[in-house]
Amino acid sequence: MRNLLLVTLLMFGAAEATFAQERIALKDGTGRAVTENICSGCHSLDYIRINAPFMTRQTWTASVNKMVQMFGAPIAANDAATIVDYLTANYGPPNGSEK
Amino acid sequence: MDRRTVLQGLGGAIGLASMRGFAHAAEAPLSAGLPEGLYATATMETLPGKRPLIRLTTRPPNYETPLSYFADSITPNDAFFVRYHLAQIPQVNAATWRLNVGGEGAAAPFSLTLNELEMNFEQVDIAAVCQCSGNRRGFSNPHVPGVQWSSGAMGNALWRGPRLKDVLARAQLRSEVVEIVLDGADSAPLSDTPDFVKSLPLAKAIDDNTIIALRMNGQPLPHYNGFPARLVVPGWTATYWMKHLISIQAATRPYDGFWMRGAYRIPNNMFPVVQRFLSQETAANTPITEMVVNSVIASPNEGQRFRTGERVDVRGVAWDGGYGIARVEVSVDGGMSWREATLGPDAGRFAFRSFTYGFMADVQGARRIMAKATNRIGQTQVDTLIFNPAGYHNNVVRATTIMIG
Repeated sequence: MRNLLLVTLLMFGAAEATFAQERIALKDGTGRAVTENICSGCHSLDYIRINAPFMTRQTWTASVNKMVQMFGAPIAANDAATIVDYLTANYGPPNGSEK
Repeated sequence: MDRRTVLQGLGGAIGLASMRGFAHAAEAPLSAGLPEGLYATATMETLPGKRPLIRLTTRPPNYETPLSYFADSITPNDAFFVRYHLAQIPQVNAATWRLNVGGEGAAAPFSLTLNELEMNFEQVDIAAVCQCSGNRRGFSNPHVPGVQWSSGAMGNALWRGPRLKDVLARAQLRSEVVEIVLDGADSAPLSDTPDFVKSLPLAKAIDDNTIIALRMNGQPLPHYNGFPARLVVPGWTATYWMKHLISIQAATRPYDGFWMRGAYRIPNNMFPVVQRFLSQETAANTPITEMVVNSVIASPNEGQRFRTGERVDVRGVAWDGGYGIARVEVSVDGGMSWREATLGPDAGRFAFRSFTYGFMADVQGARRIMAKATNRIGQTQVDTLIFNPAGYHNNVVRATTIMIG
């Protein structure tokens, strides 16, 4: 782990001082690990937390699609589905029909 | 190990770190009406070279200025908000930094060192408000996706540097030039992510007030505000104020990158905008351009208590898209009656205009204090939100509730 962080610091420079300090927790749930691993490749996970709970399955789907289509995120279709399910269940409308 | 593997591995590393359950340092001062998830996430945090600001996101960093700083018309450099789209932000070395000026519309391309930019061109000063297009997005009703800014994604500084038009003149622009395309040194972790590149219509680029700022409030720009050079486009939202500027290209066709065609757009005819960006306009929407008239109350604080008979000093700032503030009215009875506030010194039509209004805390109970600015072309703040999908141009009159007795 130490080597991994060191490699990253060398590759990405000073901005990663912040990166290494990130301690953003997402809720436990099915799909959490996939969501954390893939989304955090480009941005911190607080982007997810602050956009809740008003996002719905429809808007989370649009958001994930935007990451793939507009921002070139390499997310396989099955992973994208897992992420949308996880986000809808954990960062979607409370007590919504989605659960 | 390729970059993607590293990134995915790091995602795992972050996950592990997060499970250790570090606490947030301090509660951020946030108004009501924001997404619930923001209250559970935003925190006061100090970036290198900054005072504690309200952290909304960590990577890329998005930090806003607490409202109390808007009691004064100049925002200190170390309290100025931070906003990035993409997570790779280099520490620019001033000695090796170069600004490349060219493009298909330039007959004489060249590059400049920082020293040349400072020594070979007239340096001009201008006070101007830098406001994120999405400032106050967090108050949109219904909420819309994005960085959930409250009112602090803005600041006003005294900027100094060469005029963009003087730099462009040296490049000998051809008559076919329609837009000037700007790029900064920051970039995305993934090579497939569109780099943050913006364009300006030629007329705005060669406006006397558009400068390449090398100094901010008398100091070099902070790293997090675009060191060593950023564009300053007075009157227009901060999306055009390219940080860590490295490239200025004269284009003979409208620039069609994602950050022009796919972002920072407002529906046509929705807002009272005078300066439009016609070469980028479509049948449905148009780039956001000038700021709408607005104001903010910096003091008193939400929920602040006053004794009966105590004097309450209302302080704040007003601004617009460069027409100048004509007046600010204050209500201390929830909008039933309005009185004119006293305006502070006029630092120019692009700057924050401070205002003050004092009254005696008389009747016990909750009191809603409001401010409403009007500019010199008669535009004023709205009472109800003009909803748009990106949450731009929110200049709804807001209330600060204090307690008397």
